[in-house]
Amino acid sequence: MQFLADFLPAGIAMHAPALIVVIPLITAALAALMPNGRVAWIVALITAAAVALLSLNLLGQVMNEGVISYHMGGWAPPLGIEYRVDMLNVALLLLVGFVGLLCVFYALPSVADEIAENKQALFYSAFLVCFAGLLGVTITGDAFNVFVFLEISSISTYVLIAMGAGKDRRALTASYNYLILGTIGATFFVIGVGFLYMATGTLNMADMAAILEANGHNRVSQAAFAFIVVGLGLKAAMFPLHVWLPNAYAFAPNFVTAFLASTATKVAFYALIRFLFSVFHPDVSFVEMSFVWLFAVVGTIAMVVASLQAVFQTDARRLLAYSSVAQVGYMMLGLGMGTASGLSAGLLHLMNHALMKGALFMALGAFALNFGVRRIKDLAGMGKTMPASAMAFTIAGLSLVGVPLTVGFTSKWYLVTAALERGWWWAVAALMLSSLLALAYVARLLSAIWMDSPPTHHGELTQRRLAPWMVLVPMSILALANIYFFFHADPLVWLARSAAEAVMGGS
Amino acid sequence: MSPHLILQVVAKLLIPLIVIFGFYVQFHGEYGPGGGFQAGVIIAVAVILYALIFGIEAARRTVPPVVVRFGAALGVLIFAGVGVATLFMNGAGEPLNYLDYDALHPDQGHHTGQHYGIILIEIGVLTTVSSVMLAIFYAFAGRVPDIPDEEW
Repeated sequence: MQFLADFLPAGIAMHAPALIVVIPLITAALAALMPNGRVAWIVALITAAAVALLSLNLLGQVMNEGVISYHMGGWAPPLGIEYRVDMLNVALLLLVGFVGLLCVFYALPSVADEIAENKQALFYSAFLVCFAGLLGVTITGDAFNVFVFLEISSISTYVLIAMGAGKDRRALTASYNYLILGTIGATFFVIGVGFLYMATGTLNMADMAAILEANGHNRVSQAAFAFIVVGLGLKAAMFPLHVWLPNAYAFAPNFVTAFLASTATKVAFYALIRFLFSVFHPDVSFVEMSFVWLFAVVGTIAMVVASLQAVFQTDARRLLAYSSVAQVGYMMLGLGMGTASGLSAGLLHLMNHALMKGALFMALGAFALNFGVRRIKDLAGMGKTMPASAMAFTIAGLSLVGVPLTVGFTSKWYLVTAALERGWWWAVAALMLSSLLALAYVARLLSAIWMDSPPTHHGELTQRRLAPWMVLVPMSILALANIYFFFHADPLVWLARSAAEAVMGGS
Repeated sequence: MSPHLILQVVAKLLIPLIVIFGFYVQFHGEYGPGGGFQAGVIIAVAVILYALIFGIEAARRTVPPVVVRFGAALGVLIFAGVGVATLFMNGAGEPLNYLDYDALHPDQGHHTGQHYGIILIEIGVLTTVSSVMLAIFYAFAGRVPDIPDEEW
């Protein structure tokens, strides 16, 4: 894998940790200046491609040299801000980079359909700010910097969701709800960081961890832990804190939903893992307690309850949004096992879920683009009118259920194995139940798409209408990745395992 | 004769002073209270006062919304560009990191480069903050009510 570390010039490779955040930030300003949406889209596409390349390069560097530490402004940590890349966040950077690239590729026809022409350039600008924020949360090794980037990504997300108002005014209330809850989450998080600062006198995560280990924990650090878990849980849509998510996903523009569903909650979940494992140590009694009694329990409830809620939705995107909450539950369960295999299963599911939800939301976007449909019953006959998109939707939908030959099966398999290692039979039972419920809601979608006949228009069946190729290509790549990574599971499994080992201290 | 003659004369006197005070806050920022954010707000206030006294249309002619949009992006570019510039200017032969202001003035000691850096950054902040303040003001002031007042 030497070529991954070498394919960029040394001058760029050396500054890759900074550039991966700075490039989208600068191009966001450039995109805002562009005369129309198409030019701004080209800027966004180039940016996303650059970020994807940089993330590959960082992967190569981390594999060669281990943890990379980049000192902002030449100020050495713990005083200065440190960007720290290890196997865990490089996995997330790859995910955000590549899914971002595919989503941007998909964006042009979808955004042209949904956003007013004079706002498109600003829309891409907001997207790039969000992109930079997500990458920043992932790469930074400074607790306060996490908060700053979390806010950068969240505030631009509120804007992106509200842009759905062109098609449906309910996007405004959805965005407003998310704004209130997201701000509460961010406030909780920053209060937690403040408490940690009080307890340790530093903001650098590695330094915090060392001081906490040397001085032991007290009430202040326990309070910090509680605040951070709630704050990040809200951002990650952890079960009882997920109420903002279904509406936000249902009314945002399709491109935004596809992008957010496969990256935003994942990044918040990453931040949670980072704090639980790298700042607080999993062996500390209250952290260990939280695994079993909070994350595992909440995750299990989410898997069942949110799946059950998904079954009864009428709007297709709301259905998938509830399913996302359930999938976050799977990841929480993996995290709650507190073992390296559990965490790596959770992370594997995180990556696989990005593949499936990306493809599913893109396909729904394609249906909406051609026929303007959103409700499940309006999907009737899509198998005949839009066979390619319906095929991609079906593959990703089966993957969501966990049918063999798709990645959904792989990650559920690893989750079950990890649960059995700990002897958690109830978790296996919950997994099975949740998968059955997933089968129920996916079957609702698929039966509408394949079984029902297309609607008639003045006595004639609706004609077949192909989605634009810019929609088809990224959607097919994601859908085929769902199959490809079942047969070649090693890269993703390896990535998830080394990510888990990176934070578990190589155990 | 305009019924607001006194207001207009006083405002004409005040606006240049407000702008000068804004620049004072800007360039005194690294010694005392103040800086780019506060200065940006003060300078935007000068334009907002102008809009309140002479009408939103006059203000739009003086500082067109296009300029505001350009300024908002330009400020970010200055802000982030200072960091990028430090990547290209290798101080004293050794490569420096992003945002390492020492590169800006390599011959002098550490302080001069840092000083240059903060002034450049603050100019970026000033540009963006005053532009965004105006953009928000224009957006609210230019809003046409959904239901015209006569129809209530």
